[in-house]
Amino acid sequence: MTGEAIVAAYVFILAIFVGFEVVSKVPSTLHTPLMSGANAIHGIVIVGAMLVASAIPGPVGTVLGFLAVVLGTANVVGGFVVTDRMLAMFKARPVRKKE
Amino acid sequence: MTVEALIPLAYLIAAITFILGLKGLSSPTTAVQGNRIAATGMLIAVIATFFAADVKGGVPIILGGIAVGGIAGFAGARAVKMTAMPQMVALFNGAGGGAAALVAILEFARTVEAGGLEFGPTLATLLALIIGAVSFSGSAVAFGKLQGLITPKAFRYDGQQLVTGGIAAATPLLSVVLLASAFFGVANVPAMVLIAAITLLALAFGVALVMPIGGADMPVVISLLNAYTGLAVAMAGFTLNNQLLIVAGTLVGASGTILTRLMSKAMNRSLGNVLFGAFGAATTAGAATASAGLEGRSIRSIGPEDAAILLSYAQNVIVVPGYGLAVAQAQHSVRELADLLESKGINVKYAIHPVAGRMPGHMNVLLAEANVPYDKLFDMDQINPEFQRADVALVIGANDVTNPAARSNPGSPIYGMPILDVDKAQNIIVIKRSMKPGFAGIDNDLYLDPKTAMLFGDAKDAVGKVVQELKKAA
Repeated sequence: MTGEAIVAAYVFILAIFVGFEVVSKVPSTLHTPLMSGANAIHGIVIVGAMLVASAIPGPVGTVLGFLAVVLGTANVVGGFVVTDRMLAMFKARPVRKKE
Repeated sequence: MTVEALIPLAYLIAAITFILGLKGLSSPTTAVQGNRIAATGMLIAVIATFFAADVKGGVPIILGGIAVGGIAGFAGARAVKMTAMPQMVALFNGAGGGAAALVAILEFARTVEAGGLEFGPTLATLLALIIGAVSFSGSAVAFGKLQGLITPKAFRYDGQQLVTGGIAAATPLLSVVLLASAFFGVANVPAMVLIAAITLLALAFGVALVMPIGGADMPVVISLLNAYTGLAVAMAGFTLNNQLLIVAGTLVGASGTILTRLMSKAMNRSLGNVLFGAFGAATTAGAATASAGLEGRSIRSIGPEDAAILLSYAQNVIVVPGYGLAVAQAQHSVRELADLLESKGINVKYAIHPVAGRMPGHMNVLLAEANVPYDKLFDMDQINPEFQRADVALVIGANDVTNPAARSNPGSPIYGMPILDVDKAQNIIVIKRSMKPGFAGIDNDLYLDPKTAMLFGDAKDAVGKVVQELKKAA
């Protein structure tokens, strides 16, 4: 195993522990925003898409690269905006008017 | 130091913001901030990536892609109704999975062309491709089911296990052929042909995996596919040797796994049971016995006036919301009803089953939208002992999560699923469009209980009429 690969493996294993640790404390009320927020975070694949967007010259490669960036961006932007909308509803509650 | 040398630093910052973002989601007060911190980290990572050497020639493609994807994502996320949130999450999740699969294909093609295939990275590429493609097509089917584009029922046909099993076996088999031909000179098949075949098989597997799963189980499926996409992204990170992708993807994989487990547990079923479910098979048998019971007994139907009277003489009312409330957009009417009852000094609480609606926390989000204070929402474990003290349990569009058969009838397909003890309340009002069974496809004994009164109608209309009756009486 190369040095790079073993570092990557360390990162992978530690991230599993951090993920379990951080998320296991989330209350059920926030499960939907959590799912949606996590959904936005894996939109980081956009970085991967950018790195390989022009990897293959020619029309097929360009179309695939373009599609990868489109899908990745939709994931990121849509994910964060939807989560923000959901969470906005949990914010400070307006004082109830007495009639 | 060149700008490019700073990219890993920017990625490190982004990774930290993702962890902080997830951490922020653990409390309602910090959640908004957490989400925005993660979004900021994402922006930093994207901007930094523009300076990477690999990106140089692709800037026009990337900018075009970001414009198209950004507008589509933003418009979709702004326009979607709160009730349609689950399918929107499925859609964005599928996009991420598709992107991961495409990244895998492109990276593979580049390496083949450069003639530098290595075993480890190739394995990671294959995993990213397969998992990403399964997540893409699976999410598309989940979206179609929730949106009503395809039947939300479990889709079954003869020989289904054979077909699904065949696809499931063929995908790794072809991957082995690819690895064997690339590294051990065993077979001699062009790598790109194999990659294309593997992609198609993985897409087919995603469809085959989700089609037989009924709508009631979709939350678990979306959560699982979310974890899949995370894993696919992490694998793409291995391929590209990009730490940030590994960290972010793995975080999501871990969180998705936890959520999936919590949800399966809430339904008292193993994940295997959800996926390859005895659910569909058992439904037929269970429905047959249950419907025999239905015919012999009668149900009691009431109008909104009677419901209003029943409610106005109560001391304690527990509202049990379900998917019917979401479909009818009845959350605001329900809030109005609760306000009215509270102004009469009646105590109103909400009982939230972990899988009510189509996602965990779905009901919490909807009720929060209607400004229901969240200290009035109670988990199943908290509220169940209180049902026997409740004068009226008002069930709005919830079905399977209230079915006492889960406690009493070992023959029922939902036997053993924890339910809300609605049947212990003094009186039960069920607002429902018809006697049609819920997503589990079985009849609900609760409706035959002599204490139960059925108020037939669309949840929003019915609640609205009850509100009017209450106002008239006041």
